[in-house]
Amino acid sequence: MGAVGIVWRKEVRENLRDRRTLVSALLFGPLFGPLILAAALQFLVQRTADEADQRLEIAVRHVERAPNLVAWLEARNVIVTPVELDDEATRRAVRERSHPLVLSIPADFAERLAAARPASLQLYSDAAGGRADRNAARTRMLIAQYGASIGRLRLLARGVDPLLTAPLAVQDIDVSTPQSRSVTVLGMLSYLLLLAMILGGLYLAIDATAGERERHSLEPLLTTPVPRARLIYGKILAATTFMIVSLTLTAIACALALRFVALENFGMSAHLDASVVLKIILVTAPLAPAAAGLMTVVASFTRSYREAQTWLGVVMLVPTLPIAFVGLAELQPSLALSAVPSLGQHFLITSLLRGAALEPAHVLVSVLASLALGAVLAWIAGRLYRRESLLG
Amino acid sequence: MMSAQGLAKAFGGVQAVRGVTLRAEDGAITGLLGPNGAGKSTTLRMLCTVLRPDAGEAWIDAAHTVRDALDARRQLGMLTHDSGLYPHLTARENILYFAELHGMARAARERRADELIEWLEMGAFAGRRAKGYSQGQRIKTALARALVHSPRNVLLDEPTNGLDVMAVRNLRVLLARLRDAGHCVLFSSHVMQEVSGLCDVVFVLARGEVVAHGTPDALRAATGCASLEDAFVKLIGTDEGLG
Repeated sequence: MGAVGIVWRKEVRENLRDRRTLVSALLFGPLFGPLILAAALQFLVQRTADEADQRLEIAVRHVERAPNLVAWLEARNVIVTPVELDDEATRRAVRERSHPLVLSIPADFAERLAAARPASLQLYSDAAGGRADRNAARTRMLIAQYGASIGRLRLLARGVDPLLTAPLAVQDIDVSTPQSRSVTVLGMLSYLLLLAMILGGLYLAIDATAGERERHSLEPLLTTPVPRARLIYGKILAATTFMIVSLTLTAIACALALRFVALENFGMSAHLDASVVLKIILVTAPLAPAAAGLMTVVASFTRSYREAQTWLGVVMLVPTLPIAFVGLAELQPSLALSAVPSLGQHFLITSLLRGAALEPAHVLVSVLASLALGAVLAWIAGRLYRRESLLG
Repeated sequence: MMSAQGLAKAFGGVQAVRGVTLRAEDGAITGLLGPNGAGKSTTLRMLCTVLRPDAGEAWIDAAHTVRDALDARRQLGMLTHDSGLYPHLTARENILYFAELHGMARAARERRADELIEWLEMGAFAGRRAKGYSQGQRIKTALARALVHSPRNVLLDEPTNGLDVMAVRNLRVLLARLRDAGHCVLFSSHVMQEVSGLCDVVFVLARGEVVAHGTPDALRAATGCASLEDAFVKLIGTDEGLG
């Protein structure tokens, strides 16, 4: 076995005995990743389901002035509560949420309606309260529908075709499939996978560089007849191995966890069978050497374990930045963007979750670009290990 | 055999070593004696190829420490200032790791590890992880690790630091045995008694320079002092930093 392999084997063996490395590689990602994902999804699913089913409640002042409107609303599943409040009491009730929505029917409502003049209604709501705002919009829409149906009847009564007043008709055609809709929500999966992967090799990267220096085991190591670059390649390879193990476990754990989330309530299904999980792992793993190289390069500038920990805590977020940027800028996958490490993986993971076929060129570009970055970073780490200041 | 010719090294603006020339013969124990900050560690680090000298040259046997660094490393074993063991590996695994890095075959490294464990009387703890070792156990493990590839030349940087009296006695016996087996042993110390009792040749270092060298007897005679300690103080011109 070459020197790289000897160092790799020793680092893997030693870190398998280190509780801190083990917890971060084998516990954090695989355990907390799916928990976070499942909890977030369950929350979203729950909320959407709640909103769709929830019955609208409207408090109405002077119910007796508009019996037809009230009957029409009640027929549409609205709970109408008659209240006796003056203007000031109404405002207070809305602010205090004892009646978040109050519809007031003026004394001349029936009279104006009968005379075919616009009959006004007052709707009290608090625009500062999220859910009340949505309910107010639903109420306005219902009342507008009621008004439109009266308008059509009036036209008919005068012998006019009501269709004349509808010169345009917009038809919504939603082409999203249940899977593609769920992707928005599952987009966070690629975040979680990347973070879990990096965290898996984080402590090994620190231990193998700053840790080794702090323990003073680096100097004896440098007196062995092995070129310094080979030592660091072995360490990067060991960190890469831990990253891939953590990625694999996390991907499997997430897929299992998603089975327990009632995505169907959402009208969604996640495309996460065994072959998709395997493909996700295969397209993400090529990023591991670059991540391990980056961690090692940064750690070799730090003077102590603690300092390395502080720095890498920040640096480990770097690979997730392109994903956040894409989310904000709403960029679409392209060949050029596939070449951006971590972004390429994000696009491929998203495609796989959507159940879409992978673009072979995108896969190739993403894999090659990530591996190339890994090689460059490993080379830089090797150069840095030649510095004398490394010994501190 | 190890030799150095005009070695110099500066860190930042501080000239740690300024023109050290020395020679350590096979079958002899050579001492590098000097107060703290005299440049002993820096000199040893240049000899063991970890540091590159600003000026001057050094050889381990025939291997140049800069041009043939890998060859030089094959022929030397270094016991660094701190033992620097891997805490999650056992003593045996620590030793075997270095044997592997020296390119020894599996059977040879197993045999050599057993041999060293027996020779250094490490049997009681060799299978335990290094995390809880005493200072003496740490030094023994580090020494075994430095000797695993049977190097002809052995460098030790302040090996007796932190050892109790018995451990120091044991180490002295070990170094004497290495000498008797024909090894070239070079060790640094700031403790007079160790050097006078053990060394065949002493190089006295002060402020980055060799201020005197010779057998302990010759040094005493040259300075007209009855004890090596007095000779040492006279040579370096101060008693600052003496242990």
